[in-house]
Amino acid sequence: MRNIYIYILIMGGVSYLIRVLPVTIFRKPIKSPFVQSFLYYVPYVTLAVMTFPAIVHATQSPIAGAAALIAGLIASWLGAGLFPVSVICCAVVFITEHFIL
Amino acid sequence: MNTNYSIRTEANRKAFLLGMRHAVPIGTGYFAVSFGLGITAHNAGMNALQSFLVSFLCNASAGEYAGIRVIAELSPYIEVVLVTLIANARYLLMSLSLSQKMDPDMPFVHRLLVAYDITDELFGINIARPGYLNPWYAYGAYLVALPSWAFGTMLGAVAGEILPKAAVSALSVALYGMFIAIIVPPSKKDRVVFGLVAVSFAASWAASRLPGISALSEGSRTIILTLIIASAGAYFFPKKPQDPPQHKLESQKEPENA
Repeated sequence: MRNIYIYILIMGGVSYLIRVLPVTIFRKPIKSPFVQSFLYYVPYVTLAVMTFPAIVHATQSPIAGAAALIAGLIASWLGAGLFPVSVICCAVVFITEHFIL
Repeated sequence: MNTNYSIRTEANRKAFLLGMRHAVPIGTGYFAVSFGLGITAHNAGMNALQSFLVSFLCNASAGEYAGIRVIAELSPYIEVVLVTLIANARYLLMSLSLSQKMDPDMPFVHRLLVAYDITDELFGINIARPGYLNPWYAYGAYLVALPSWAFGTMLGAVAGEILPKAAVSALSVALYGMFIAIIVPPSKKDRVVFGLVAVSFAASWAASRLPGISALSEGSRTIILTLIIASAGAYFFPKKPQDPPQHKLESQKEPENA
């Protein structure tokens, strides 16, 4: 039986190692353009992979999740910040599930 | 030059307070993001204490989210190692950059402590300070940011338990909304990022449908797709080495140097 606390400890340990090794052992800046570019692109790729299609399955109705995704993309493209985009997504799900479906 | 690293000195005490002050807007933003993370943790079957601990120990939105999704499926432990490693890989870059800003004479223990809460925003304010890094400035900022992050997650998990189903369903997309707000602005400015994000959406959807790969856990799919797509991006579209890392969340304004 797997234990949630063990997962949490592993996550904490790995997260700390990533941050502490560079300031204690490596210390030298990365010169390779490939590695630099890779590390630059990784967060955007990971976030994109984790957002879709997961957002569609996160809500009670998949249509509400899809609507939230589209609304979020548009709002963000038009310049809305972190918090407003998030609130818009939540509101779209609430409205879709209650008043439209 | 500041070679005294004791909190007893006037300069360090001032730096500590300044760090706290600079972290107030960051802490406010953290509270909102971590609340959404707490809802996700609740949906994954985690209780309030577990939600608090995961944020107190990990200090990372994407990294924690990725790990929490592995917990939701109770996949093998190795998967949580890899997914945490990949979702947090950018901190390696930030820590390396911050280590260039550390006084070689600074006591080693400060390196161990400062490393604990290197996040996009806290890295940002630390790197923006003039001269060598003052660890007390970092500690002041951490003292404000870290509890906001951890308690926000805990409250989110509690809210997931007590709020009606409809509200939880709506709040479940809060974190995705923030993820969207992080990936869209750089996609507007950088056509390569735009392309990679579009490919990621398409590939992630295909991977959840295609026979074979869709049988893998969500965590494994995230690991595989990220490695392939980010490697391809780095290989075909390398960034110029002098481009500074632009890891900053949109909502956080550069605090003015006081």
